[in-house]
Amino acid sequence: MNEPAEPRFGQHLRHQVPLLLWLVVVWNLLWGTWSWANLLSGIVVALAVTLLLPLPPVVGGARLHPGAAVVFLVTFLGDLVRSGALVAWQTVRPRGIAHSAILRVQLRTDSDLLLTVLTEAISLVPGSMVIDLDRERRELALHVLHVDDERDLDRQRASVHATEERVVRAFGSAEDIARLRERPMARPAGTPGRTS
Amino acid sequence: MSDLHALADTVAVVCLLLGSLLCLTAGLGLVRFPDVLTRMHAGTKPQVLGVLLIMVGGAIRLQGWSATWMLLLVAVFQMMTAPVSAHMISRVAYRRRHVRRDLLLVDELGAGHREAGTPHGDEPADAATARGARGPAGYGQGSLG
Repeated sequence: MNEPAEPRFGQHLRHQVPLLLWLVVVWNLLWGTWSWANLLSGIVVALAVTLLLPLPPVVGGARLHPGAAVVFLVTFLGDLVRSGALVAWQTVRPRGIAHSAILRVQLRTDSDLLLTVLTEAISLVPGSMVIDLDRERRELALHVLHVDDERDLDRQRASVHATEERVVRAFGSAEDIARLRERPMARPAGTPGRTS
Repeated sequence: MSDLHALADTVAVVCLLLGSLLCLTAGLGLVRFPDVLTRMHAGTKPQVLGVLLIMVGGAIRLQGWSATWMLLLVAVFQMMTAPVSAHMISRVAYRRRHVRRDLLLVDELGAGHREAGTPHGDEPADAATARGARGPAGYGQGSLG
């Protein structure tokens, strides 16, 4: 699979296939009806888009673990609803929000694709939004809408790690999953907790 | 049959109303929250959920697969793009110091956490001197991206 002698074009194509499929699906969904004409024109459009507007390939790839993916999706949808309702309530309640916080969380994942999924998921779960991602150190900086005290911060960190674990178990490769068992770090090294 | 229709209509109406309400709170949040970062929370979460509910309501009411597919696409793209745009805006806002630091309990991204002298393309423009001084030095430098 990972032969170094593999021609560049073939590798390129292999990376593009998921994107091509996705574009064809979108094209067909936009037309709303199924027909061979739609399928063929979709393929033409997808090829044109990928050739005219090339994107950098997504390295690493992903595997799908169906059971874990269902767990992830269901939890994600639950979180989405909870988070929407919670933020809506925090908006309208008379006392509003008190303090926010910007946290840094050390991650264990080292794959662009997984980090992207994770970041999207975290931005939509209750309370948190990603501000910055230090790719080299695998550190995520996130803004938390409402915190009362240090315990809320710890809870937020734990929830990020839980989300990370669900994402990796759903879409990660064996190495990614193995990496989860590295020590679960509560705090990034060299950054003592501080209140300012 | 008509019972079923009435039920579907009721569900659709509930979804549409709830969705509109959530979008309203998103707008309200933009007014009530103190700074850009908190406003982005309001602009993403209730709003995405609101749009999703409106899509569900629309799909039930419109009856017809072609509309449903389209609404599904809207929902998917909404979920994919809203966090990204919110992230981009927050990132810029943080670097441009449009942050109410007095309302932050902790700022672990701020000064002191990154060693001085380490080249970091991602460094906030001037986290060390962030107390409201917005001289011309803060602007213009520090290219984004």
